[in-house]
Amino acid sequence: MIEARQVTKTFGKLTVLDQLSLTIRPGRVTGLVGPNAAGKTTLAKIVLGLVKPDSGSVEIDGVPIGADDSYRSRIGYMPQLARFPENLSARELFEMLTDLRRPTRDVDDELLHHFEFGGALDKPVRALSGGTRQKVNAVIAFMFRPDLLILDEPTAGLDPVASGVLKDKVMAERAAGKTFLLTSHIMSELDELADDVAFINDGKVAFAGALGELKTITRQSNLERAIAEMMKRGAAA
Amino acid sequence: MKTTAKVAGYEIRDVIRSRWLIGYALFFLLITDALFRFGGGGEKALLSLVNVVLFLIPLVAIVFSTVYLYAAREFIELLLAQPIRRSQVFSGLYLGLALPLALSFVAAIAVPFMVHRGAATAQPGTFAALLLIGVALTLIFVALAFLIVARTEDRMKGLGIAVAVWLFLAVLYDGLVLLLVSIMADHPVERPLLALMLVNPMDLARVALLMQFDVAALLGYTGAILQKFFGRSVGIGATSLAILVWVVAPLLAGMRAFRRKDF
Repeated sequence: MIEARQVTKTFGKLTVLDQLSLTIRPGRVTGLVGPNAAGKTTLAKIVLGLVKPDSGSVEIDGVPIGADDSYRSRIGYMPQLARFPENLSARELFEMLTDLRRPTRDVDDELLHHFEFGGALDKPVRALSGGTRQKVNAVIAFMFRPDLLILDEPTAGLDPVASGVLKDKVMAERAAGKTFLLTSHIMSELDELADDVAFINDGKVAFAGALGELKTITRQSNLERAIAEMMKRGAAA
Repeated sequence: MKTTAKVAGYEIRDVIRSRWLIGYALFFLLITDALFRFGGGGEKALLSLVNVVLFLIPLVAIVFSTVYLYAAREFIELLLAQPIRRSQVFSGLYLGLALPLALSFVAAIAVPFMVHRGAATAQPGTFAALLLIGVALTLIFVALAFLIVARTEDRMKGLGIAVAVWLFLAVLYDGLVLLLVSIMADHPVERPLLALMLVNPMDLARVALLMQFDVAALLGYTGAILQKFFGRSVGIGATSLAILVWVVAPLLAGMRAFRRKDF
């Protein structure tokens, strides 16, 4: 689905991605893991075209990104921070995006019902709590039935109920053949959701492959320990 | 084009609910009304208004836009994650900020003018020029804000630059020009001074506006030279052209910076 080749990105003197190559397989949930500032968000943003790489290429189904912008109609994006125009309501925001994307199919409002927003949808977004905004964010990501979903720390700020609703949605959509790129600091969450893991460290891919494979290599039973083991080996090497 | 209009439309819906914008419109409304009411509504009232317009519009346009754009960072990211072109997002955002600012100024000035029409002795042409220049200044300083925000990651630094740009163009620039004139007192400085005036949009706006009045004394040094150099009608043409260049240039520079920016 996504093929990143030799992607390099520097911000000033800081090299965030260093000749990174990675393949994201279709129909699977790929968890991006790595220490803080390892370049996970930058990679996700490069796929979205929000950040322009210094060199290297990214292809989605063989089509290089950046040629035109229509490829983004296939992507649903849930950013880490959910801040919207302060004076618009969530409903107006949904309207706006529908208006801009002009979907050919009906929109997916399953999350809208499951999250139980109550009257929050008509309040200005500035009056909403962080968790509620994050729910709005999640609704937006799935709304246009994209076949690639990029979720950046999706459950941060969500209460357990909402977090459960979101995870169920991810699993249901994965079963329907959608591809996910997921970053999270919560390893147990990735353990639960991810099929593949890409471990990024110092702007390079330290490991990419199936979750089970990582556990076998590191002889650990869960992802958190497996990643810790990888980091230790990295430090030793 | 359609996408640009949509982005602008939703942003306008957001911006017009901002208390700052409402306050800005009310301020102009009250001050214009007061000037007509107590100032007799003649040229004097308009002249006072000119001074307010020249200082306040650039300040509000650049500061409001800078603050808005930094606060809207995640919203801009959301827009850029949609299948629309960056240039469309930029144009939409620009119009969505510039139009409400410009229109609230126009409405706040025009309404008292209409109400006190009987009392107004000033030329309608002068009044129209004031509106046009106010709109042009809005467009210029909103574009400068885009340029600053696209090139400055840190919001406090960006805001500082915005205020500094205004302060420089509004106050310091004239002081520097005067300093230059006094240093170069023995040389013919008319032509370089004209060039210097064209470089500052606020100087340009002032000269273009004051040329509408018969008050050469208020034109300032550069304005008096311009009047002498060009004569009235050519002078108006030249300043209008220069203002147009000033509207377009920061806009293109802002667009360029926006398209290259990493979000």
